[in-house]
Amino acid sequence: MAAESQSTVGYIQHHLTNLTYGKLPAGYERLDDKGHVHEVLSQDTWTMAHSGAEASDMGFMAIHVDSMFWSIGLGFLFLLIFARIAKRAHSGVPRGAQNLVEMIIGFIDQTVKDGFHHKNAMIAPMALTIFMWIILMNTMDLVPVDWIPAFMGWVTGNSHFFFKVVPTTDPNVTLGMGFTVFGLMVYFTIAKKGFMGFVKELTLHPFHSPKWYVNILLVPINFALEAISWISKPISLGLRLFGNMYAGEMIFILIATMFGAGLVLGIFAGVLQWAWAVFHILVITLQAFVFMVLTIVYMATAHQIEEEDQFH
Amino acid sequence: MNINLTLIGQSISFLFFVWFCHAFVWSAIRKAMDEREKQIADGLDAADRAGRDLELAQEKAAKQLREAKGEAATIIDAANKRASQIVEEAKDVARAEGERLKAAAEAQIEQDVNRAKEQLRSQVAKLALVGASKVLEASIDESVHKDMVDKLAASL
Repeated sequence: MAAESQSTVGYIQHHLTNLTYGKLPAGYERLDDKGHVHEVLSQDTWTMAHSGAEASDMGFMAIHVDSMFWSIGLGFLFLLIFARIAKRAHSGVPRGAQNLVEMIIGFIDQTVKDGFHHKNAMIAPMALTIFMWIILMNTMDLVPVDWIPAFMGWVTGNSHFFFKVVPTTDPNVTLGMGFTVFGLMVYFTIAKKGFMGFVKELTLHPFHSPKWYVNILLVPINFALEAISWISKPISLGLRLFGNMYAGEMIFILIATMFGAGLVLGIFAGVLQWAWAVFHILVITLQAFVFMVLTIVYMATAHQIEEEDQFH
Repeated sequence: MNINLTLIGQSISFLFFVWFCHAFVWSAIRKAMDEREKQIADGLDAADRAGRDLELAQEKAAKQLREAKGEAATIIDAANKRASQIVEEAKDVARAEGERLKAAAEAQIEQDVNRAKEQLRSQVAKLALVGASKVLEASIDESVHKDMVDKLAASL
């Protein structure tokens, strides 16, 4: 499908590059397709990156337009559908879509009740948002890898137009959510236990001695251990989702490279793609569920006060 | 695989979506579900209560039926007793009346017989006197021989 104009490596790279809008510094040399200097920027410029190299040269001051488009678009899709049903929700016999939504909400509610025994009205809606949003973003993986990029290439008239459709294969998206969960964890810990409670949690744990001079020695060790344990949470949360989805996407792309290699391989690739998509449905839901459950668990840890008592 | 502003963008969208979900989705649907749960619980409660009420009512009805049956049996018993009593009384009365009627009839008959005897006796005396007077003509004085004739009549 794609092999006529691009090499396999180029094809794969193309599929792994985000549509990036960002700032290129003054004096930056922009290259054309053949690697020649095509333009030297006279000042800092906000522009679309024309290649993966330009995208990475933009550094932090850049935004993945495709990731944000799909992520926000799917988030709104989920919320608008649910809000529409919520508006018409009634306590009579539920029908159709309301049934489905209530089933999902009942399931989330049960999961939250099982894992989170404190009073916080935000946790359950957060769990629902995480679950549905990640499921929708992951599900974009089931759309054959070339459809939307090819469509966008046709719309823009640029066959090299970058357009990734699965936001969760972008580490920014998954880590963004992971670090938000982390921020909420810190926030709720401080809100529940006070700033000193938070500090104590970081320094008097897991090693603790009743003698204060031993404690002074233990504090740095505790802090190092706790800091690692805390920071590993958002990173593992984000990277787990990213890794699973990225790997799945990668296999879809690799299968897609076979489509251009003759009829037999093409049919074989079609079967493979179907089989992998079926298997991938499991990954899609499982990863959304895992992200949600871990978030609930982290929130429960942040709200847990009893644990602190042993240090007094 | 560059880390950039997308991270912040995603973070902000995430917080916004959580807030939106909390404000416009979760509470409304949860409320409808809770209401329905309550309705169902109430309905089941009511059904339970109705079942218990029905059981009680059945028990009560059965008890009343039993009582009524008992009462009816007593009444029938009493009625039967009273009926046989009445029959006995009636028999006694009838028997007494019969006796009385019979006695009266017998007395009447006796009386009639006696009267007839009396009449006959007087007739016979008269006839005897007449006959004797005819036979004896003047030899017999009625007043003298009256005692003798009466004795004769009495012996009849």
